[in-house]
Amino acid sequence: MRIGDAKQSYEADEAILTSSTQKIWFALFLFALLLFPFLADAYLLYLGCLVGIAVISTTGLNILTGFTGLISLGQAGFMGVGGFTVAWLSANTALPFPVTLLFAGLLAAAVGILVGLPSLRVKGLYLAIATLAASVFLHFIFAEWESVTGGMGGLSLEPAHLFGLTFQSDFGMYFIIVPLAVLMVLAARNVFRTRIGRAFIAIRDRDISAEILGINLLHYKLMSFALSSFYAGVAGGLFAYFFRVVTPESFPLSMSIFYLAAVIVGGMGNLLGGILGAAFMTLIPEALKLLTAALTPFYPNAPIFMSPMLEIIFGALIVGFLIFEPHGLAEIWHRIRRFFSLWPFKN
Amino acid sequence: MDWLFFGEISLAGLAMGGLYALIGLGFVIIYKATRVINFAIGEIMMFAAYLFLAFAGGMEMSPWVALPLAVLGGSLLGGVIEKVMIRPMLGESSISVVMVTIGIASILVGVVEMIWGADPQLLPSFLPRKPVFIGEMYLAPKIAYGFLIGAALLIIYLLYFRFSRGGVALRATASDQAAAYSMGINVRRVFNLAWVFGSLAASLAGVLVAATGGLSPQFGAIGLSVLVVVIVGGLDSIVGALIAGVFIGWLETVAGAYLGGEYRMPATFAVLAVILIFRPYGLFGTHDIERV
Repeated sequence: MRIGDAKQSYEADEAILTSSTQKIWFALFLFALLLFPFLADAYLLYLGCLVGIAVISTTGLNILTGFTGLISLGQAGFMGVGGFTVAWLSANTALPFPVTLLFAGLLAAAVGILVGLPSLRVKGLYLAIATLAASVFLHFIFAEWESVTGGMGGLSLEPAHLFGLTFQSDFGMYFIIVPLAVLMVLAARNVFRTRIGRAFIAIRDRDISAEILGINLLHYKLMSFALSSFYAGVAGGLFAYFFRVVTPESFPLSMSIFYLAAVIVGGMGNLLGGILGAAFMTLIPEALKLLTAALTPFYPNAPIFMSPMLEIIFGALIVGFLIFEPHGLAEIWHRIRRFFSLWPFKN
Repeated sequence: MDWLFFGEISLAGLAMGGLYALIGLGFVIIYKATRVINFAIGEIMMFAAYLFLAFAGGMEMSPWVALPLAVLGGSLLGGVIEKVMIRPMLGESSISVVMVTIGIASILVGVVEMIWGADPQLLPSFLPRKPVFIGEMYLAPKIAYGFLIGAALLIIYLLYFRFSRGGVALRATASDQAAAYSMGINVRRVFNLAWVFGSLAASLAGVLVAATGGLSPQFGAIGLSVLVVVIVGGLDSIVGALIAGVFIGWLETVAGAYLGGEYRMPATFAVLAVILIFRPYGLFGTHDIERV
């Protein structure tokens, strides 16, 4: 049982990693992430990259929905903005990937601000529907603005490059995606130690009260939109580099719902939850694929049922978590941790 | 400009709009009574339409037996959804409740696909096939008769809510829950009934729409158009749903005919965006005043 956890200064209380145990675990975790691509096979590496992209996007949505309380159905649209920006830049310029990704994030953030503008007048579900409208318009632009986005056929990309190095394989992409994911999650964690992050939380808890406390609602809501869509834009850019092709159908409405589901299943307003949710939701279809493959010798029809089964599991997870575990996987994680930190005593 | 063509398109659009109005009504009933935005309404419509397919196509019942059975099945589904999944969410934030309905939508799509497969299907035709002419304008019979059936149910609903005991209870609950409780109204039952009635309207509209346009597990996407209808009309306004339903149905069809199919959604969502900016609570919705 761990004791003596008292802090003696505000700095210590505010630190991202509060105890030496946490620091050790975190270092081990980073080391494991570094080691992973050398040990994993191609399939696991591919999954690792997918999870990394999902973590970035989910963290972005978590900032907006989980911490600021603004529900958005436009995440896939913002990712699309990022994806097409990267695709266009890599086709028309020779910029290296850090610059294109930055542009992707910034452009997505600009679009996010535009979409967030109604957020002062409308909120809650009306806002969700405004973001839904935005995603419809974005999809329309992706499909129709052929000179830039390539229309329904989309665009294909050259591999990401920097200083003459090209990142063609999943192995290479892993070393772009995962460090970026770690960096962006840490950045998000840092935001919530500042005035900005606390303003977001105040707005979520009660926006009128927050305004009375002197928080400029429009300013901070737009900032939250911008930040969240910046994350989405970067994730979309990575998505483009990873699959090396983007089409309007790469970013469907169901993808927005997927990220909302990841935030909910992981735990709204909890960065760890966002990570767990992103990994969990990304791996569920893969687990189902494995299960189907295992069942096929006994039930030859199993593959036919896989895609509807996935829909059912997806829906049931959303409903089940909301009803039975509203704080999501993060809460389960904390429960497990509490068990070990109190061991051998019962909690 | 060819006015006859415009007239025919408009007429088809208005008839489609009548069905939208019916679905919108179902949506508004649920919202008014329980304050739940039902993203699964398109999927409930789809489920009822597949039930009709099973009864009329698979079991070869007469369509006029299958139609009430399918509608009944759809409304029963609404009641069960409310009891099992919406009731436990009472008092939770509206974001959570909306996400539950999105989850339900996903489950329904999966179930339908599992039972009936993913391929598009045609419903057995049951409406008269004789072309309908209004003046010189031709109107597809399926759409015309679908409109008439939908309009009939709509009128029954409006009369029911105006005059019957259940309708008064529903309106009382909508305007003040606590007062309704203290007047002896069984609010839980009203919640359940609202879902049943809302789903009933949606189910009938689902079968009628599927009869004109075919049916597939993606059919539920029509829920997005309905969402536009109820936001433009005002979430808690029945009159709003009727007017906006007809208008959006018309706009969608006209935009589709003149600009091309890919403009249907952007056209209606543009109206939605304008409404959200200038009248955020819809044309006829009540503007809630918030206090700390």
